[in-house]
Amino acid sequence: MSLQTSPTSTGASADDATAGRSRRRLPQWASVAAFLAAALVAVLLELLGEFNIALVVIYTVVLGTVAAYVVSRVVEGRRKATDRLVTCLVVSAFGIAVVPLVALVWTVVGRGIERLDGEFFGSSLVGIVGEGGGAYHAIMGTLIITLLTTLISVPIGLMTAIYLVEYGRGRLKRSITFLVDVMTGIPSIVAGLFAYALFALFFGPGIRLGIMGAVALSVLMIPVVVRSAEEVLKLVPNELREAAYALGVPKWRTIVKVVIPTAIAGLGTGVTLAIARVVGETAPLLITVGITNGTNLDPFDSRMASLPVYAYYQLTQPGVPPEYAIDRAWTAALLLIMLVMGLNVVARLISRFFAPKTGR
Amino acid sequence: MAKRIDVSDLNIYYGNFLAVEGVNVSIEPRSITALIGPSGCGKSTFLRSLNRMHEVIPGARVEGKVVMDGQDLYGADADPVDVRRQIGMVFQRPNPFPTMSIYDNVAAGVRLNSRKMKKADLDDLVERSLKGANLWNEVKDRLDRPGSSLSGGQQQRLCIARAIAVEPDVLLMDEPCSALDPISTLAIEDLMTELKERFTIVIVTHNMQQAARVSEQTGFFNLNGVGQPGRLIEFNPTEKIFSNPDQKATEDYISGRFG
Ligand SMILES: Nc1ncnc2c1ncn2[C@@H]1O[C@H](COP(=O)(O)OP(=O)(O)OP(=O)(O)O)[C@@H](O)[C@H]1O
Ligand SMILES: [Mg+2]
Repeated sequence: MSLQTSPTSTGASADDATAGRSRRRLPQWASVAAFLAAALVAVLLELLGEFNIALVVIYTVVLGTVAAYVVSRVVEGRRKATDRLVTCLVVSAFGIAVVPLVALVWTVVGRGIERLDGEFFGSSLVGIVGEGGGAYHAIMGTLIITLLTTLISVPIGLMTAIYLVEYGRGRLKRSITFLVDVMTGIPSIVAGLFAYALFALFFGPGIRLGIMGAVALSVLMIPVVVRSAEEVLKLVPNELREAAYALGVPKWRTIVKVVIPTAIAGLGTGVTLAIARVVGETAPLLITVGITNGTNLDPFDSRMASLPVYAYYQLTQPGVPPEYAIDRAWTAALLLIMLVMGLNVVARLISRFFAPKTGR
Repeated sequence: MAKRIDVSDLNIYYGNFLAVEGVNVSIEPRSITALIGPSGCGKSTFLRSLNRMHEVIPGARVEGKVVMDGQDLYGADADPVDVRRQIGMVFQRPNPFPTMSIYDNVAAGVRLNSRKMKKADLDDLVERSLKGANLWNEVKDRLDRPGSSLSGGQQQRLCIARAIAVEPDVLLMDEPCSALDPISTLAIEDLMTELKERFTIVIVTHNMQQAARVSEQTGFFNLNGVGQPGRLIEFNPTEKIFSNPDQKATEDYISGRFG
């Protein structure tokens, strides 16, 4: 490993200043080099016995970290060595966190891409026993149910947030905030049972409707919308409200025409992320909406299909032969991931394009 | 049309905290009244109670009387929104609406209140107000740019244009120049001198020279100690305050022998 001598002494640290070491610096890529060397050693070690990729990775990380620390300790001194050690640890932790995500996307894309074809988008499962078939009915079902959920949750959530930020005082405000917090933690299956119990009161047991799913998902979505909208509305400077009041604008008009337009980017982002949060919910839809093989676009009439439930049934009740149904399940899962990622991109675009322009 | 304001026995509270006590004063129409005093003595609080902006703060309330040309501003039938339409306000920090263009900022008083107005009339109003605020020449080619694209001094003049566009009777200004350079300050002082032909102006300032330069009347607020209410110690013509004040405290404050 090459050594570099920097011309100026930093002289910042007492323990560096003591020895002539303080001038000596390893190049920026020294840690990377240590890791590459460690990887080489690990591969060689493994080649001696049985090759195991997981062990190679573990050896590389451990050996690389130790090597980087030791070399740096000898050449650069304690402060720099600690810096390198912690950097190695942080990067490794990040790597560990990313592994499941990458593995998941890799697997889902790999197995789902096969059936991502026109037929999957164009046809339902009516009359399909083995090959072919699609998820048109489930895609439409998910879109309709999510749209209904949004229509229910956004007005309720926004108005609650406006109440909390602009009007709420004292005990009522505190209890609403508390209830919203509690709602945030409701398990999704409980939300589903709630909607089921509610509708069963009126329509009798065994009832399954698209709108029931929307109600169940709203229970999950409303607190998310309230929370994000509340944070965003609080960020609107009070000075803007006062500027409007000083012009003789009534409070409600100030909220509608000044506060909300100023916050619109954040509100849009929050709503989009809240949609992404509920679009993949399975449990509540399983008990409130059920599943069908045919296309039903009327959320007020009998069962509907939806992507998560579709994936669940294709996987658990694949029929014979099972491969085709399992392929369809992977594709449905891939579609859901793409939907959530798409919504996240939309959220970013919203916050980019609707943010108040400073024009500087 | 400028109006006079008579304040009698005004006590101003934040919750249970009495911030300003026992103010009696008459503010003359078509003139500039300056309010001076040390920080925290209640100048802003008093100013905001004149157009009922004070009660916007949770728990804030007012006792006593404020009468504008015979109309009791805190009377049972007085509507705070209506009062604020008659008494405009310019704040210490320029606060143009960030979502609106320069044009829309000036038209905000009309637009936000959904008053119907022909496009030509509105254009005319915007031009008149911007000219009134000495900003027209600087922005006439970029009326559709965001209000926040202006410099601090221009933004403050934009806020003044916005305030005078609703044609109030009285204009309250809370340290309008404290964030500005000397040139913008001078522009706004000139502007105030022009505006006093049409409005009653009350200005809070920490700048003695400014008070001496622009105002006809000056009020000196002071407080005896932390946690004590602020009081209006002296209210007199500006020349008298700055040459031969009635109160020792006023003289100490003005000559810098204070605290
Ligand atoms: N929103 C508020 N809630 C509670 N107390 C307040 C509030 N605003 C001001 N006060 C108190 O009221 C008193 C007067 O404050 P005010 O802002 O009117 O002072 P000021 O004379 O304008 O000072 P400055 O020159 O620093 O602007 C102070 O004691 C202050 O702590
Ligand atoms: Mg103040």
